[in-house]
Amino acid sequence: MTVEAAGGPPNASQITRKGFSAQRARELPIYAFLFCCAALSIVTTFGIVIVLFEETYSFFKEVSIVEFLTGTEWTPLFTEKHFGVLPLLNATMFMAVGAMFIALPFGLASAIYLSEYAPQTVRSIVKPILEILAGIPTVVYGYFALQFISPEIVQFIFGSDTSIFNAMAASIAMGIMILPLVSSLSEDAMRAVPRSLREGAYGLGANRFEVATRVVFPAALSGIVAASILAISRAVGETMIVALVAGQIPNFSWNPLEAMAAMTAYIVQVSLGETPRGTIEYSTIFAIGSMLFVTTLVLNILAQWLLARFREEYE
Amino acid sequence: MSTQTLAYDTAGRNAYRRVWARLFHTVFLCATLFGIVALAVLLITVGLDGLGRVSWDFINGYPSRFAERAGIKSALFGTFWLMGMTAMIAVPIGVGAAIYLEEFAARNWLTKIIETNINNLAGVPSIIYGLLGLAIFVRVMGLDRSVLAGALTMALLILPIIIVAAREGLRSVPPSIREAALAVGATPWQTVRFQVLPPAMPMILTGVILALSRAIGETAPLIIIGALAFVAFVPDGPLSSFTVLPIQIYNWTSRPQPEFAQTAAAGIVVLLAVLLSMNAVAVILRNYFERKRKW
Repeated sequence: MTVEAAGGPPNASQITRKGFSAQRARELPIYAFLFCCAALSIVTTFGIVIVLFEETYSFFKEVSIVEFLTGTEWTPLFTEKHFGVLPLLNATMFMAVGAMFIALPFGLASAIYLSEYAPQTVRSIVKPILEILAGIPTVVYGYFALQFISPEIVQFIFGSDTSIFNAMAASIAMGIMILPLVSSLSEDAMRAVPRSLREGAYGLGANRFEVATRVVFPAALSGIVAASILAISRAVGETMIVALVAGQIPNFSWNPLEAMAAMTAYIVQVSLGETPRGTIEYSTIFAIGSMLFVTTLVLNILAQWLLARFREEYE
Repeated sequence: MSTQTLAYDTAGRNAYRRVWARLFHTVFLCATLFGIVALAVLLITVGLDGLGRVSWDFINGYPSRFAERAGIKSALFGTFWLMGMTAMIAVPIGVGAAIYLEEFAARNWLTKIIETNINNLAGVPSIIYGLLGLAIFVRVMGLDRSVLAGALTMALLILPIIIVAAREGLRSVPPSIREAALAVGATPWQTVRFQVLPPAMPMILTGVILALSRAIGETAPLIIIGALAFVAFVPDGPLSSFTVLPIQIYNWTSRPQPEFAQTAAAGIVVLLAVLLSMNAVAVILRNYFERKRKW
């Protein structure tokens, strides 16, 4: 393969002549080791797929796949067991979409502000602060949701007879958690829009707001959509917030004031108890894990595809 | 008549556009402040609840059934053990993978697959790594609920982050350095080992610290592999059972009694302090070496 076709500057092994030398022969084990380090990522992926598949397979030997995907009752820990995943799946998706109601408007507006309006000094202060928000452990958000958002915001607005465990508090906390992801990725996408487009619009008499919303925003749309998909994927896989504040009761509902167990919350609930290997309860967490893995993988691949497909449009 | 109407409309339209633009300037600014306000409220809530509870007895005490006597010594030591071992496993492998991909890999389909794969692994929810660790390290390898099982799981979790950071560090070294070394007869490995790695090291180190600070707050995978909440001893080896700060915080937060909420908040204060100092070290390192850099 020629260097031009591959793209990027040539690396060390491509510059040197591929001849024999004693020194290079002695170094062969080093190259082999380095390759193994890189290849470990492939092994990890296979490990995840095999582990999930193995237990999921033994789960579906006992439970029909139709019941799993269409049942509306999830009671594997009771004596009368039902294995319908819909309540858990619904709760996960419901709360992830709810989180986007916070993260999308605030994230996009701050991305527009930081990319189009903010002076350099403001940017250099605000961006690190948003990064701190992204670096706070999720268990801390869980505490915040349970001790502040649920009693001081949700119960304050909707009355104190609202359950302290509710989907809305979880959504708000997750929304704050993924806000920096949305804003920083969207800002990157907007800053990548070439200057000439902005200058063209200013030249036609547009003001800053019109340039931002009618020129820069549409031009960066693929990046913004990709950022939103990544944010949803993060919310779907989020565990500690939903485990702490959304409750552990499987509840097939669209009422944000009710408690509803998400997929990840169920996995945590089972893991906290003693579940010997080989039982159906042990298998369920892998079946749920498979579902989670597939969902986030599809979302991530979709986001990457969007980015790769539309990236070089203006270059 | 018609020209007059047109002129009037244009002026009205322009005023409307100006008002709209001003309004949204404010809207965008307020939206940006929302994140900052949320952070402030979070920190204040935790601080008010927890600061009064932080004391030497709290840091040096073991967990207890009584909230006012509960401490975090075992969790703090567990966290340090876990992070130390995670770093020992993840750093050599992560940097090795980065060196391979950046310096030696032929640009072919295999490399492409590995790179795509690393990107995808970075997006896998941490709880899935917990399931992997539970099935492989805890059950198959029989490591049980040990620090080692936890560290292996965490190492897999942060490998993608370390690889990306280390590759950035290596890429910041200009190609001319490599070409000069190769021109005087160094082998590719000698070039990397003695010319590329040393100047790239500070940036790699910064990335490693940031990756570890991400791992230090991870809770879900450790719950899955069965790290315990009630551990009244300091880990004495890689096979010892353990607990960590976030698990202790989760356990206290999930209890109904308000005294335990305070204890949880105190735990969060300590966790955030540890995180803050790690990030400070990373920032100082980066600034120091950026000033020293010669290119």
